[in-house]
Amino acid sequence: MTDSNDPARSIAAAARALRDGDVTSEQLTRAVLQRVVELDDRVRAFVTVTEAEALAAAAAADARIAAGDARPLTGVPLALKDVITTQGIRTTCGSKMLERYEPVDDAFVTRKLKDAGAVVVGKTNMDEFAMGSSTEHSAFFPTHNPWDLECVPGGSSGGSAATVAAGMVPFSLGSDTGGSIRQPAAFCGVVGMKPTYGRVSRYGLVAFASSLDQIGPFAHSVEDAATVLQAVAGHDPRDSTSADRSVPEFSSELDRGVEGMRIAAPREFFADAERMEPEVAEAVEAAIVVLEEQGAVVDRDTSLPLAKAALPVYYIIAPSEASANLARYDGVKYGYAYRDGRSMWEDMEKTRQHGFGDEVKRRIMLGTYALSSGYYDAYYLQAQKVRTLIRRELSELFSRYQLILSPTAPSVAFKIGEVSDPYEMYLNDIFTLPASIAGLPAISQPCGFGHDGMPVGLQLVADSWDEVTLFRGAAAYERATDWHTRAPAL
Amino acid sequence: MTPDEVRHIALLARIGMTDEEVARFQGDLSSILDHIRVLEAIDTAGVPPTANGADLLNVTASDEARPSHDRDAVLRNAPAIEEGLFRVRAVLE
Repeated sequence: MTDSNDPARSIAAAARALRDGDVTSEQLTRAVLQRVVELDDRVRAFVTVTEAEALAAAAAADARIAAGDARPLTGVPLALKDVITTQGIRTTCGSKMLERYEPVDDAFVTRKLKDAGAVVVGKTNMDEFAMGSSTEHSAFFPTHNPWDLECVPGGSSGGSAATVAAGMVPFSLGSDTGGSIRQPAAFCGVVGMKPTYGRVSRYGLVAFASSLDQIGPFAHSVEDAATVLQAVAGHDPRDSTSADRSVPEFSSELDRGVEGMRIAAPREFFADAERMEPEVAEAVEAAIVVLEEQGAVVDRDTSLPLAKAALPVYYIIAPSEASANLARYDGVKYGYAYRDGRSMWEDMEKTRQHGFGDEVKRRIMLGTYALSSGYYDAYYLQAQKVRTLIRRELSELFSRYQLILSPTAPSVAFKIGEVSDPYEMYLNDIFTLPASIAGLPAISQPCGFGHDGMPVGLQLVADSWDEVTLFRGAAAYERATDWHTRAPAL
Repeated sequence: MTPDEVRHIALLARIGMTDEEVARFQGDLSSILDHIRVLEAIDTAGVPPTANGADLLNVTASDEARPSHDRDAVLRNAPAIEEGLFRVRAVLE
């Protein structure tokens, strides 16, 4: 068990210690860098550690705290998924294509965190261009799960999940297109949250599937996740899909409890689910009982008949968007470039042949096929129509319930190298995809352990823009249990 | 998907491919498409498509000139430059 007053594992504790003068940001940051040195040759969460920049930011934060100008994240160290741009610090997206790419600008979220005085200590490993569920598709190396170094941390934000789980940093940011925050959070036993589509600007988030991509936090507690979201949410004119609407106080109902709250547990995510590990089902069933004991009314007799269609819809829409977004990697403007061909076209084809890994190529090919002449109506347009139907089903459910509950993933973390079939890998996301397709906010939090002592995640989904209720439900569960305080022995 | 279809898609996507890769992607993509095909059976008559999860309509920006990124900074990432421009090979030879 961990100490909730440990500034390495709690933003709230770190902020308190900094404010009270018990510790400086420089001391916190040096301790983080030391833990990275001690642990990361085994976990391999980081692609790049930014020691010099972090110590400079820590010194600036200490001056700010001394001047009485501290905000909740001032002086607190964090890590960023390497798909979020950092000015002058390479941003690789886990790809050989961008191995030496140094962005000219910070992402909106990077800028917000820097403005808040938070201290970026490095960039975390990920499946190439955020395509994958295990971080094995990183072009550089796989990341290891801190609970069992032979297991994957999940993905695509595996490095961001693992670094928090290992106690290196109190929080990190990831990105979630079909489950890439929630599934690694579940596999690594931490809290991971995807906001409503449009809540956080995507400016500087290297694009995978633009209608689905959303940035969100990893942390050790629901409260900390709400604190981070508060710092990065908001409208940004540079992302036309970021919502021009007011941002609520996300932590305003953390203590309210779930007395009388109506929660749906659709059959498709339980008894009717394929390939669900029995230990996962048991842990989530036990979580339902906990919520009921807290006064929630959980309905196990609801249905989302089209939940199963979310996977095929996603694997048409996301690759289609990816095939367009990744057309920019042509060896002309930035990134890897093959220059020894006989023609411009050969250079471009070899650039993409050598610069992209197999999973990225599969998705580009799949998307190109779905958008190509003669197939557009049957695949892409049909998927967009089914997307409408899935949204309607979810919307109907939210007219009667405040939250939808399910496991985050059907299994616990698997062994590195265990899943080789691409479609088998895609099945990791069956429970996270409906919220992605409908743009809904969702959170994964620890709710027990499955086989071999690996963590299980509980997923809650709320209606659009209702992160306040999402955090409220998750905080009530967290208060009643101590799973979030368990830490792996490393 | 036939090998020729894989080659055609790879050409459209401008991804170079060896014969071994064509065979591998043919297997992978055929298997994935088999799973995706279940969508055909869903009745979507009269259903409008959804393009994103946020119900966004057109968003426009005011038509004002504003500073862009520094040109030299942008070009620092380029594989080849000449006189402040990206250097590319001839498109038509």
